[in-house]
Order: sequence, then C-alpha cells, then structure tokens
Amino acid sequence: MFEYAPAPESRSVVDIKASSGLFINGEFVDPADGGSFKSINPASEEVLAEVAEGGAQDVDRAVRAARKAYEKVWGPMPGRDRAKYLFRIARIIQERSRELAVLESLDNGKPIRESRDVDLPLVAAHFFYYAGWADKLPYAGFGANPRPLGVAAQVIPWNFPLLMLAWKIAPALAAGNTVVLKPAETTPLTASLFAEICQQADLPAGVVNIVTGAGETGRALVEHADVDKVAFTGSTDVGRAIARAVAGSRKKLTLELGGKAANIVFDDAPVDQAVEGIVNGIFFNQGHVCCAGSRLLIQESVAEQVLESLKRRMAQLRLGDPLDKNTDIGAINSAAQLSRIRELTTAGAAEGAQQWSPPCELPERGFWFAPTIFTGVTQAHRIAREEIFGPVLSVLTFRTPAEAVEKANNTPYGLSAGIWTEKGSRILWMADRLRAGVVWANTFNKFDPTSPFGGYKESGYGREGGRHGLEAYLNV
Amino acid sequence: MTATATSARSDLSELGRSETALRTFLHGLPGVDQVGAEQRAAQLGTRSIKTTAKAEAIDLAIRMVDLTTLEGADTPGKVRALAAKALRPDPADPSCPHVGAVCVYPSMVPYVAEVLRGSDVHLASVATSFPSGQAPLEIKLADTRAAVEAGADEIDMVINRGAFLAGRYTEVYDEIVATKEACGGADAGRQGRPRAHLKVILETGELATYDNVRRASWLAMLAGADFIKTSTGKVPVAATLPVTLVMLEAVRDFRAATGRQVGVKPAGGIKTTKDAIKYLVMVNETVGPDWLHPDWFRFGASSLLNDLLMQRTKLTTGVYAGPDYFTLD
Repeated sequence: MFEYAPAPESRSVVDIKASSGLFINGEFVDPADGGSFKSINPASEEVLAEVAEGGAQDVDRAVRAARKAYEKVWGPMPGRDRAKYLFRIARIIQERSRELAVLESLDNGKPIRESRDVDLPLVAAHFFYYAGWADKLPYAGFGANPRPLGVAAQVIPWNFPLLMLAWKIAPALAAGNTVVLKPAETTPLTASLFAEICQQADLPAGVVNIVTGAGETGRALVEHADVDKVAFTGSTDVGRAIARAVAGSRKKLTLELGGKAANIVFDDAPVDQAVEGIVNGIFFNQGHVCCAGSRLLIQESVAEQVLESLKRRMAQLRLGDPLDKNTDIGAINSAAQLSRIRELTTAGAAEGAQQWSPPCELPERGFWFAPTIFTGVTQAHRIAREEIFGPVLSVLTFRTPAEAVEKANNTPYGLSAGIWTEKGSRILWMADRLRAGVVWANTFNKFDPTSPFGGYKESGYGREGGRHGLEAYLNV
Repeated sequence: MTATATSARSDLSELGRSETALRTFLHGLPGVDQVGAEQRAAQLGTRSIKTTAKAEAIDLAIRMVDLTTLEGADTPGKVRALAAKALRPDPADPSCPHVGAVCVYPSMVPYVAEVLRGSDVHLASVATSFPSGQAPLEIKLADTRAAVEAGADEIDMVINRGAFLAGRYTEVYDEIVATKEACGGADAGRQGRPRAHLKVILETGELATYDNVRRASWLAMLAGADFIKTSTGKVPVAATLPVTLVMLEAVRDFRAATGRQVGVKPAGGIKTTKDAIKYLVMVNETVGPDWLHPDWFRFGASSLLNDLLMQRTKLTTGVYAGPDYFTLD
C-alpha cells in the first residue's frame, strides 16, 4: 500500500492580522459603532481574526468615498490609465498568489490544491482580461463611447471569495465604475488582503471600498440611495429580496443565483473521463458551487457500469486538512451550511433514495461531510429539486435524448448543464434545447474570463465574464 | 467496463479468430476524451509525495526499473557493466534494492545472463525486429526464440503498427500469439509452457490517438500479453502520463472482464525521480496497490536509475552528493 505522508502547505507564508477593519477611501478604518464578528477556520473551528462589522453609517461613508472617486478620479481617467492599475493589481495577485491561496483555504475550507491551481490563476486572469478591455470599450459593441454607471454595490458569496471578488471588481473598474464590495461574513479575510493589494498598487483612494459584515450590512449597501448598480451572487431567496428592494429605482441589477445542474451521460460517453467530470462536477469545492453538476442523469443502459466506476473513483477521494497538498475534499464552510446539507440528505434517505459514501474518516473538529451519492432518486424527491450546495450527488436515469432534455429542464433553475457523448451532433442538438446559461460538453466546471457566465430562470440574470460581462457595468 | 466485456468471460478468447468480431469489439470500447484524459493525468501529477512516502516510492521505483541499453554500439563489456549495476545499483549502500531487470538486444543476452545468473534480476530482451517490427514473421519468431534460448526470461516484442493502423487487427493478433508461443523457446509448442513472459510494445507515439492506444492495449491483452509497454524509445514521442493512464485503465478493465492481470511498462523519456513518482501515484490511484509491484509495473529507463539513487542518498544523508558519486555504466 502506498500511503502519502502529510504534505501541508506552510501557514507561515501569510500574516493573518488579529483584527481587520473596513477599507474605505483607501484606508483601513474602524466601524462607526465598533461592532465586530469572528471569522473561523471551518476545518478546525479556530478563530482566525476579529473582523469589523460595517453598519449603515459605514456603508454611507463607503458609498460617498466611491462617489467622490468616481466623479473626481476614476470616471474621468482615460481607459489606458485605468488599465495600468488593473494590470498592476493582476501582477501583484500573481506574485502574492501563494499567500492568497493559503489564506483562502484557511478561511473557506477549500483544499489548497484548488485555491492554488484553480481559484488564484482565475482571479489573476480576470484582472488581466478586463484590464485589456479598459481602453477598448468603444469596440465592445455597446456604442462609440459607452459610459460607466457610477457606483457599484457588490455583494458576494463565501464559496469562491476571491474569485467572486474578481468577477465583480475587475469588469466594474475596467468600465470606469467605482465599487463598494461586501464579502460574505464567513469568508472576509482574502477581501481584506485584496484591499492591501489595492494600496500596494497605488489605486486611487475610494475606487475600491470593502465593507465587511453580514446580511444587514449587505442590505444597507444595496438599498443605499446613491448606488447606481447592484451586483449580487448568492442564494435565490436573497436575490429575490434584492430584486424587490431595487425595483422601481434607477439601479441596474445583475443576479447570479442558485442552480441544480444536470450532468447528462449518454451510453456512448468516454466513460473514464465522464466519471472524472462527474466527480469534478459535484465534489469540486465540496459541492459549494452554484453551477455544480448536482443531478447526474445517466442513460439507463449504462447506469450500472457508470455508477460502479464512479464509486471506485470516489473511494480515491482524499478528505481532510485543506492545507494538505494531497487533499481533494476540504471542510464544509460553516456549521449552518453543514446543517442544511444534513437536513436535505436526511430528507433524501427518508423519501426512499439510497445513500452511499465511500469509507471515509471525518476529522473530529470542524465541519465535514463525506462525499455522497443518492441512487434511485426521482424528479419528485427534494434532493432532485432543491440546491444542496454540498458534496451530494443525486442520480437519476433516462432512456432517450428527449427524456434527458425534459428532465434536465424540469427545474426552476437554469445555470449550467453537462453533456457526455462522443457524438458531436447530439451535443449540438442537446445544447440547443437545454435551458441553462452554460452548457459544457465532455467537460465540467471549466471557467475562463473570456466566457460569459450566468443563468436562466431562477438562476438569475445578467452575464459575468467576457465582452458580455462589460454590459452590466456600462450605461447601454 | 464495456458491455461486451462484462457479459461473459469465455467469449473473449474467441474474439481473435474473426476479423469482424475483433474489429467490432475493439471499436465498441468506450472512447477516450483527449482533453479529459490529459487533465486527469496532469491533476495526478500535482500530488505531493514527501518524506517517508517518498523514500518508499524511490525504493519501489528502483525495483521496477528495467535497466536498458539498446544501442548499435552495445558491446559485451558495456552490457556486463550494466548488469553489474543492476545487481548493486549503489555500491556505497547495501540496503539499496536491485532493479527489476536488464533489457538488451538479443545478441547481448548471453553476456548479461552470465552476470545475472543466480540472482533475482530478470533478463529482458527486445525481439521481433525491434524497433520497427518490419520483417517477415518467421524472422521475428526466430529472433524471439534465439533470445529465449540465450537466457532471456522476458521478451519485449513490438506490434506491427503498419498492420494495426491499416486495420488488419487479426494480423497483429496472430503475430502476438505466435510470439507468445515462441517465448517457449526452440521447443515451443511441444512443451507448451513459456520460458519467457511477453511484454508487448504498442509504440504509442506512432498510434497517435488515445482511442488507438486503448484498442491496441486490449488487442495485445486478448492475444496473451503478460505486459503492455508504451514505447521502444526509438521514436520522438515515448511514454507520457496520459498514455500510461489509458493503458492502466485498460488493464484494470481487462482484469475485471477476464480475471487475468496484465502488467504495464512505460518506457522512454522517464528521467527523473519526480517523473517516476508521478507514475507511481497514477498506478496507485488508477489500478490500486495490486499493481504496485515489479511483477506488474516496470519503468523502461536508463538515466532514471541514477537520479533515483541520488534522491535516495539525499533522503538518507540530508545532502545531495555530486553526480560523480554515482556510477556511469
């Protein structure tokens, strides 16, 4: 037996400050009412830092700083000069990527292999990509001289803290807007480190403001009267509340919400790669992925064979210390999320689906959930309809391509879908009929800054990434 | 893995008798998605193998080396020195294991046999008009018999890539079957029991696609290969991680279908300890510990051995010794 010795990435590369303030007008400041909350390491429940909780007054300060920077500095600045700052930020992110990756894994619980090989390279790529657009906006297809919107209020989730920050901040800044961003309350630390990077890059004060806090802070931000644009990524429930809050105002809104994606495997699929795609689709980032392939639809004639391969592959997944370079599955981000996963899996078992996990020892401290599949799932089960946002896969079968399309589309969501077949014509036929913003063929969870991303139906509206992503931040 | 394969074990032995059956079977194997296979191989390459795990991996890799010289310039003196190195790779450290085998041309087999006699190190010989395989079958078989008679207990044959790429699968199949028989030596067919076990070189660099690699792997195993091997080392593209991944999946599925375990040997281009460990990780996570043994996995290599020894010394002493502390043979 070949046992891998522990191979932990060193924590010493990152200096975690015991307390972190709000980043307003280029400086770290204390909140007006002095409130704070703790950010913990979900793999150990150790407190990592005391984080400032921004209130309505702080949000107001941040929005005013952003407004001033928009009017005096960033708005009038030529695109090529904005690009200079964005390129600089991108390069600093690359230079400090190890530090950022370690902090991301500590605060979020995701394996270092993913924060190092997926999150951080994509974060830098987003800044590089949109830096390139900053002086080419007249050629983006939105008119000869597209104007920015002004101040953007951005609220991001905890599953990809830095990557979501990049998706929000890079296009906003490239288009000439200034931003106030609120990171999720369980994962605020890398946003604070990003604020330091803005200082290091000499970004003019007030262009980027970061106000940490929970739901109330976010509400104060999106409801602030002097905000021109609201961008939110997170749950469908909160997205609905935000849509109601900004209805009737001048604020432009983009929402990127939940998903219940179908990953569809045909009988002529490349089986070994399909199994990798299934694993990557649902166990990447502990399944904390809005576009996760959480419903596996297998053609019935190969279901047994695919499931056998999938189970064998799942037995190879290594769950444990997120900082160990050989870890595949890290910690669930919070106690609240863990209880949500437990609630839905309990319902799945109670409704008659068969639950299976490989032998897998869970650490005693921290929040953990073993990679799990449910077989014998029907469209009527809660686990086939509701977003679990955890390492839990619901397996359904189908007989014909038409039935696969019908089942895949039979959800209130429509963020992503996957198709596995060696037949090119079938890929195109399916992609035409699937109501999902992203359709992956013979791959899954592939991201690129040049590619637009966003949903149908209750998965939200607006697109992030690519040329399309600029539209959300331009007055068009 | 395939529907055909899981249905019945006894069916597979009949496949080679009919061109149609063989073709239908090979073309019915699930495809390999190039991007996905390469991505998986790259991902496995990021495993971090340190300290105790590294020490174990290095010793295992040394035991798996088929120490190879296949040059026109090979002489008795050269191959004797190589055989001596195979027995005792690190003269300074008796705890260092010996390698899996020495691999030479048929004409060099007698000289190596003298040195290896009485040891556990195997003697492999390439045969069947290595490396091109472009010779009449009778000559290839005579080549094989001569190597076995001279003392080789492992034969590394090349498949007829020309026939494979032209779609003449039974021709390739029959050649492997005949070579397997010739592995019994000059009296093959009468005694029946092979004296040498057969490694079948697919020359994956010339097969070009992963679909072809998977088909050729199955074809070789159906015809009786004891090992499937990637390359001769004589064409520009030799062993790669994704090719080896596809071959490992093939031996895994073949065992599930037939109950017979077949070994895998990547050869050519594996030069560093880091490379070797990536292969071991791939074996571990694709086919599991059953294959983590020199009987089932080998490295066809020459310069790899000294790098393994260097890293081994580094782990035990804490410092790197210069290249002059390791023998050049």
